Amino acid sequence: MTKTITMAHGSGGSATRELIQKVFMRSYATMPLLEGNDSAVLPMPASVDAGRLAITTDSFVVTPQFFPGGDIGRLAVCGTVNDLACAGASPHYLSAAFILEEGYSQDDLITICLSMARASEEAGILIVTGDTKVVERGHGDGVYINTTGVGFLAPDVELSGAACRPGDAILLSGTLGDHGIAIVSVREGLSFETDIRSDAAPLYALCEAVLKAAPGTHAFRDPTRGGLASTLSELAEQSRVAMLVEEQAVPVRDEVRGACDLLGYDVFQVANEGKMVAIVPAEQAEAALAAMRSAPYGADAAIIGEVQALATSSEKPQAYLRTPLGSRRVMDVLSGEQLPRIC
Amino acid sequence: MCLAVPAKIESLEDGGMAVVEILGIRRAVACDLVPEAGVGDFVLVHAGYGIEVISEQMAQETLELIAEFPELIANDSAGG
Amino acid sequence: MNTNLLTRFRDPALARELLGDIEQLTARLLAARPEISAERPLRLMEVCGTHTVAIARAGLRELLPPEISLISGPGCPVCVTANRDIDRLIACTRLPHVTVATFGDMLRVPGSSSSLALRKAEGAAVEVVYSPLDALKHAVEDPGRQIVFAGVGFETTTPLIAATIKRAAAGQVSNFSVLAMQKQVPPAIAALLADPEVALDALILPGHVSTILGTEPYRFIASEHGIPGVITGFEPADILWGIAQLLRQLWRRTPEIQIAYERGVRPEGNPVARVAIAEVFEPADAIWRGLGAIPRSGSQIRSTYTAYDAAHRFELEVEQTVEPRGCRCGEVLRGVLAPDHCALFGRACTPQDPIGPCMVSSEGSCAAYFRYQIHDRVPRTPPQQPAQSEDGKR
Repeated sequence: MTKTITMAHGSGGSATRELIQKVFMRSYATMPLLEGNDSAVLPMPASVDAGRLAITTDSFVVTPQFFPGGDIGRLAVCGTVNDLACAGASPHYLSAAFILEEGYSQDDLITICLSMARASEEAGILIVTGDTKVVERGHGDGVYINTTGVGFLAPDVELSGAACRPGDAILLSGTLGDHGIAIVSVREGLSFETDIRSDAAPLYALCEAVLKAAPGTHAFRDPTRGGLASTLSELAEQSRVAMLVEEQAVPVRDEVRGACDLLGYDVFQVANEGKMVAIVPAEQAEAALAAMRSAPYGADAAIIGEVQALATSSEKPQAYLRTPLGSRRVMDVLSGEQLPRIC
Repeated sequence: MCLAVPAKIESLEDGGMAVVEILGIRRAVACDLVPEAGVGDFVLVHAGYGIEVISEQMAQETLELIAEFPELIANDSAGG
Repeated sequence: MNTNLLTRFRDPALARELLGDIEQLTARLLAARPEISAERPLRLMEVCGTHTVAIARAGLRELLPPEISLISGPGCPVCVTANRDIDRLIACTRLPHVTVATFGDMLRVPGSSSSLALRKAEGAAVEVVYSPLDALKHAVEDPGRQIVFAGVGFETTTPLIAATIKRAAAGQVSNFSVLAMQKQVPPAIAALLADPEVALDALILPGHVSTILGTEPYRFIASEHGIPGVITGFEPADILWGIAQLLRQLWRRTPEIQIAYERGVRPEGNPVARVAIAEVFEPADAIWRGLGAIPRSGSQIRSTYTAYDAAHRFELEVEQTVEPRGCRCGEVLRGVLAPDHCALFGRACTPQDPIGPCMVSSEGSCAAYFRYQIHDRVPRTPPQQPAQSEDGKR
């Protein structure tokens, strides 16, 4: 008989302890967790001198929980690691809190936890503490995960979304839209067959390589929900500049293009979970590109555009596309949920 | 008002369905409205149905007409 | 067939060649007709909303000579659906054991007091589908529920709704029905052209509606109104090719209906699809947002298929229809008012928080103007009226 999550697993009693030991501790097997204390007490990493600490938190509610190229567990680690990476912070410690729905399969939970263990090992982050709650059947969607990440910054790292300057190059670490399309390909009702896999990946190593090659880098941002369009328009607003992207320079897989054509999606609005945008001074752009391309998950990296000054003080800071015909148009930002359309 | 995308028929299936390929993705579509469509044909797909078989010959003709257009209009005269 | 043949229509070089032709034709027209200027441009209406979006995405407006003005027409099935019809759909979501299945386009369109998205948030069973076949599949898999499909669309979509109803009948699926609200394009064009305020020089006709219809239903545009019409595809080069042919007709003063999308539209259309429509649906009078009642411009399910007619199957309690205050979607849909000249545009009415359907639908002209920040270079003053008309004000 397959084991399922019951309300008892959230009671705080022996069932909870058993779940923690058999599922979480066994999957992650990290020292601070095995000690079983209420708080993880952790050393400052030896590699970090006095520096600064970065902290970020994110919750993950994706349906379905298993999809081509990943699962909610890998996503929960990579998403938080990448948010740390955007600050230029090396990832160190991670918390993992679960909200489980009564009746959820324990086998699936173990699969998710093992996937988190693998992703955290790859990212070099240690899962040090966690929490589990159980909600009644019908009150959740199987499993929700919250992760909080702690990272450390070297003293000379100074990145900010407000630091983009006219003339800077815009770099993208790989193909656009893979994650979002992998997810819809397995959604009920929309399903189509494709080899597209989610790009969910931890990107600190890539950011570190870029920082080394291009120490003048102004900002990193991962184009997750809302896609590249949201990311670039946020950066434009923060820095009060225009972002001009050459449509033909943006790497997009044919299959992703095909799915977007079929469903009426705009690829610039589709979510990514393993891509990084870097804003780099023009003179360091080639070095940054070379570093990205030789870093893990950066083989398809490209320079996709440049930061421009606003033409007038009243011009709205936003992202634009240069179309293959040479015209310039606004890169529109998703409003609401991305829906398949026939019109 | 209506998105439709060209897709290549890879196989014909039971129940009037076909598997089509669009830039590497595959989906089942219904062929009720294009009974003449066969494997290898390109169909326009709208909301899960093929609505027309795309004519290769006509695509070629359009490209030729576009190529000849400058010469055509050079010999045009204004209407009265 | 050779895939490269189709990708050639995406080649920017082809589009550039056509832009050159268009410039040349425009220069000639200007030389011959002093009444045309950047202030009094030629008014070309793209009837179809998918064209509106394709034009915005390719940034075609800024590439065309300033003497050519592209005006978005009523070709967004979501936008022209009357409030009353949306309210009927919303009434379906209040029925017990009913799931309303809809194309994603309809989800956020506001009716008098609610929308399908709001009803979903309130717990109603509303499901977004890519195809009516998905709705039928749901009905087969869940015999305990009634699945009502929101029948919205033009002639492109109606045949496949018909085909789905026929499949339901063949499979004796008794828990599937359609609330038919589809519309027909040619009667709407006729209504537009009969309106002196609209004043158009040429029509860019919808590609995929014409895939079904062919050229015949459009003949009256040229023969009765003397206006050129070209059936056009959706790649940038297709659209430019359509415009080039229109300009040539205008220059030669030989208005006719041409096909510039020969690979997807046969002169006779798709007769199999029209037979499917005729078997399941019959023409009915319909109310269009903005255009009002147009005789025989809608579709209703024939008595032979009454069993699949949601309007027949269910007793719908439809709320009192309330039109949104200040919304001028009607004028926008007729091309009389530029979207950004509506007082609500971008202020009270945005894609995030829409008041009228033209702002909701992804292919609505207000949404396209807002997202792509299109500004009409000149107010939409029809030629026969004085320069200061109502829509000249901001």
